[in-house]
Amino acid sequence: MPRLSQEQIVFVLWVVLFAAFALALPGFLTYGNIITLVRSVAVLGILAIAMAIVIIGRGIDLSLIAVMAVSTALAFTLMTHGYPIWIALLLGFAFAASAGMIIGFLIAYVEIPALFATLAMGAFVYGLGRYAVFDQDLVYLPSNDAALQVLGEGRILGIPIPILLFAGFAAAAGLFLRYGRLGQFVYATGDNYAAARISGLPVRPLVVLQYVFSSLVGYVAGLTMAAGVTLMNTRIVNSTLLYDVILVVVLGGISLSGGKGGVRNVIVGTLLIGTLLNGMTIMDIQYTGQNVIKSVILLIAIVVDSIMNPRDEQTTQQGDI
Amino acid sequence: MKLKLVVSLIGAACMLAGLTLEARAQGLVDPSRSGYLDAFKGKKVAFVPIAMGFDLAQAWNSQLAKQAQELGYSYVVRDPNWSTEAGAQALTQLIAEKPDLIVVHSPDIQSYARLLKQAEAAGIYTLQINMKSAYISEGYVGSDYNGLGELAANLIVKQCGQGSGKSGKVSIVQGVLTGGASVYQIEGIERVFKEHPEIKVVSNQAADWDASKAKAISQTVLQQNPDLCGIIGFWDGMDTGVGAAVREAGKTGQVYVVTSGGGATSACDNVANGTFSALISYNAMGQGRDLNTLIKTLFEVKPKPGTMKVIDYSPLTVLTKDTLNPDSCWALPTTTASK
Repeated sequence: MPRLSQEQIVFVLWVVLFAAFALALPGFLTYGNIITLVRSVAVLGILAIAMAIVIIGRGIDLSLIAVMAVSTALAFTLMTHGYPIWIALLLGFAFAASAGMIIGFLIAYVEIPALFATLAMGAFVYGLGRYAVFDQDLVYLPSNDAALQVLGEGRILGIPIPILLFAGFAAAAGLFLRYGRLGQFVYATGDNYAAARISGLPVRPLVVLQYVFSSLVGYVAGLTMAAGVTLMNTRIVNSTLLYDVILVVVLGGISLSGGKGGVRNVIVGTLLIGTLLNGMTIMDIQYTGQNVIKSVILLIAIVVDSIMNPRDEQTTQQGDI
Repeated sequence: MKLKLVVSLIGAACMLAGLTLEARAQGLVDPSRSGYLDAFKGKKVAFVPIAMGFDLAQAWNSQLAKQAQELGYSYVVRDPNWSTEAGAQALTQLIAEKPDLIVVHSPDIQSYARLLKQAEAAGIYTLQINMKSAYISEGYVGSDYNGLGELAANLIVKQCGQGSGKSGKVSIVQGVLTGGASVYQIEGIERVFKEHPEIKVVSNQAADWDASKAKAISQTVLQQNPDLCGIIGFWDGMDTGVGAAVREAGKTGQVYVVTSGGGATSACDNVANGTFSALISYNAMGQGRDLNTLIKTLFEVKPKPGTMKVIDYSPLTVLTKDTLNPDSCWALPTTTASK
């Protein structure tokens, strides 16, 4: 029997779970519900793609949610104060890009480990937002901006736009990583930073680019999330969302030590979480119960993986957590 | 002799009249005033909300700060920003600092109960705002959540109950299960629904006060129950997500969304645009004024800490599109608007 990778284990787990729900829950296996299922995790998936690229490059972006919340809140606040929608959106974009650039600079040139640089920058960005941009957690989308509302609530050919965005980002990131030269460089730096540098890759600009990319994707995810409920809940910075994002990435089988994995892993991880949440909501299982079941399923995935793919000197990498 | 008396009487009368005329010209000193003002001299009031960053806390804070400024007592805010530990720490610290009064907003019914007792032992008055702790201190100002739940449930029964010709299927979106707002409110709802067997609760979930979570849950429920008749949400800031799910399903007006909150303008906007069918407002600005009244009462009456226990439930107003007035909701006086 061939050994299954973690991604395949999670995929099998997902298929089993999906089949079980489809058989046991009336109304689960309908077009409408499948759309709802994917819709509910689309933003999580988009964020996970951003995180995945950073992690493949052997980094981690703990400031992702803070940048997402504050840049979106900035755009909304400007709109509320009468700025034209496109200027407000552009300034939010610029804010996210500069945040990403500073983070990347700190990591690539000042050589602060990504863990600390992004942790500190996350707190800084959120603090800056609280201080200068908004003083309430909920930043409402001005009601006259129906154009933006379409982003969160509109449909094209019957498919909600957030799902299309998720699919679009997944396809673009997949192509970039697999066929783009820069994508290959990301793997190279993630696998062996020193070797990549010696062989002449522009590793430092590449690192900056990764964080700019993740911040900008975070901004788009934030707009999508906020447009869907007509407000940005900046309190989300203190929620478990960041861990959920990392969880989806790691669960899908992308190693935190970098250089491995791809977009497929993210999709598998996202689908498993989405199916779990959807099924449990249909069964009307209470929130606390949901958390217990979610953790048990995740534990199963990890345990099965460590039984099927035991770690040894050959498979462990330096930097494995 | 008699004449003398009459003359002196007239004289006295004239003098009196003169006095009163003079007094009228100068105005009278209210004899209670100096005692009243003295009652607040050198006093210190502290406020520990769950977090400062939401409409309710901002409203209470603006009222508390305003009165402190007017009456000249000092006023501090300790903002634990949604962390129960930080809140408990702030309270412990405050008890050591011994202010005269602490206004506490409890995250749940248990966490601060012991600390409130400690404050009482230390001789500090404590008032609770809108979320009750298991321990009753000098006063509780806020919603009667049992009653609020009852009111929300009755609104739903009217729309979805017998004779409405609707399915009677209802979904409930709670905040945090252990919060005072949730545990008391759900009791009221369940009590009413027990008397109305035609109402069927198809989903009862907690969304952590988060709009996106509330939306995801509501979308799944709407998908499973296309004939859903009503949704009860526990806070308007979260229930914009519920309303968005209903709107996205194209069921605005068909699904009756009941929510509750402090009555900030954003909530009224959402009633006006149909996101909420009914908003039960407990008027946070009014609650701030109620708090101020209790603060004044305590400082004037000076009861021994622990001897006075006042429950002051806030009046509830049901706002729908039909009953909405331009002044139904409040906006904060300055800060938020200017930023």
